[in-house]
Amino acid sequence: MNYWPLLGVAVVVAGFALRRNPVLVVTVAGVVSALAAGMGIGDLLALLGRSFIDNRALLLLAMTLPVVGLLERFGLRERAREWIAGFRNLTLTRFLVAYLGLRQVLSMLGLYDLAGHAQTVRPLVAPMSEAAAARTVGELDEDERERVAALAAATDNVGRFFGEDVFLAFGAVLLIQGFYAQHGIALDPLAIALWALPTAIAAFVIHALRIAIFERRMRRRMRDTRPATERVNAEA
Amino acid sequence: MLRLEYVYWLLGAFLVFTAAANLRERRFAVAGFWAILACPFLFGEAIAAALASGSRWPAQAMGVGVLALGILASQSRGTPALVPDRKNNKTAILGRTSQPKAEDPGASAQRFGNRLFGPALLIPLVTLLLALGGPHLHWNGATLLDAKQATLVALGLACSIAFVAALRVTRASVGAGLGEGRRLLDAMGWAALLPMLLATLGSVFAATGVGNAIAALVGDVIPVDSALACLLAFALGMVVFTTIMGNAFAAFPVMMAGIGLPLLVQRHGAAPAVLGSLGMLTGYCGTLLTPMAANFNIVPAVLLELRDQYGVIRAQWPTAIVLLAVNVVLMALLVWR
Repeated sequence: MNYWPLLGVAVVVAGFALRRNPVLVVTVAGVVSALAAGMGIGDLLALLGRSFIDNRALLLLAMTLPVVGLLERFGLRERAREWIAGFRNLTLTRFLVAYLGLRQVLSMLGLYDLAGHAQTVRPLVAPMSEAAAARTVGELDEDERERVAALAAATDNVGRFFGEDVFLAFGAVLLIQGFYAQHGIALDPLAIALWALPTAIAAFVIHALRIAIFERRMRRRMRDTRPATERVNAEA
Repeated sequence: MLRLEYVYWLLGAFLVFTAAANLRERRFAVAGFWAILACPFLFGEAIAAALASGSRWPAQAMGVGVLALGILASQSRGTPALVPDRKNNKTAILGRTSQPKAEDPGASAQRFGNRLFGPALLIPLVTLLLALGGPHLHWNGATLLDAKQATLVALGLACSIAFVAALRVTRASVGAGLGEGRRLLDAMGWAALLPMLLATLGSVFAATGVGNAIAALVGDVIPVDSALACLLAFALGMVVFTTIMGNAFAAFPVMMAGIGLPLLVQRHGAAPAVLGSLGMLTGYCGTLLTPMAANFNIVPAVLLELRDQYGVIRAQWPTAIVLLAVNVVLMALLVWR
């Protein structure tokens, strides 16, 4: 067993720990790992080029940027905020938990690319979360805005990850089935996908609780930092 | 039939537009960066075909391009930093790209009202309709969408339709619309490249035997007679390896071949379907923890203009840890049912 290619992993860990430019870290790690495995320059370049092309679907999110950019230019995010602020009983918790559930169900139906950070979180979900939070605690400062936006992105991740594996034709299910098939164990994709349900439910419960806790803590933080007169206004 | 390749060409054209806009502003390094990144989209199919017929130089040239992207991204001053600089964003907006007359987004929001939501919602709605119905639609005897990649083709089409709708609602010109897209792309800078590059690194790690080396190391350490020790090693191995690779898909075959199949299934009689499913989801907990999963954890931090590039990870790690614990308990209860 040749353990030298593990140097590439060491490069990744050290690079991220030292907060060097991730692109450079990843490029160097690939080259180090390949050279340590005794790969020639010609093979290395062909492998890099081939894998890069195979993975180009990951940049498809850039297709949304002209639409999102244009609409934002004309006030999409401001409008999203106003719209949410008009709902009387909407809180941050209710809004984000509803989004979490919706995202999970859609992912279970195989529609995991329907929403996402570029398609829905930046233009809609993040500003709406900020507005829902501001409705209950008043105007957010920059630190609080970033916390709420980060939580919105995290909610999208959790909803997507722990929904998609329940979908039959999802890559992960097919990968599991394919792996076993290669080793002489025949499995029905449905049998694999159904076992993702308990985790999906657990993920929903855990993250929904965390959203509720986040909102409670945020209220407390805002109450502590805010003078009494403003607090009265915010609660009125 | 509408193939994914057409969507790639469209995206390639957008990248070329972005490169040209930067070239006009004499930001040469940035222009070069987007121009090289356009190549896999414009020539990807041709390069793969050449490789299949035994001609390796186009793929090798692309490999040189990948290294060049890495150097450009880390060197060029013009490529925006990961920590977004609001002021730079402003200058890009007011730059020489053809823009509609600068209008305050707040006032504009009043003017257009809920009509602004239409095009934004068209992206998910059209994707949904096309992904579900597209493979069944026929036109001139051929299916409308390539069934194997229906969702991605549908997403590409939906973005194009939504773009046209957005132009109609705002009455902006095509150039102005693309200019806005370019502004966002420039603001993302090298963060846009990171997901593709990380996936490439995953392939390199797999090809150079990194996975096998890790599995061998883990196999040397654990007491193989204890079923529970094997299970814990498998679960933690999935998390650690996913954290390193940024992708549970890469970790799964390695950990299954190293521990899951020989020790848990064959030696201790674990149920393969349960182990596979829960094992993969355990890896997903690792995905929530790592900057290596850039498209989920780093790119949104940039998109949402967070000052902390690890802000999204900070918001989700407690969920991941608690869920990981729940998952391990579920595995212990269910695989030997």
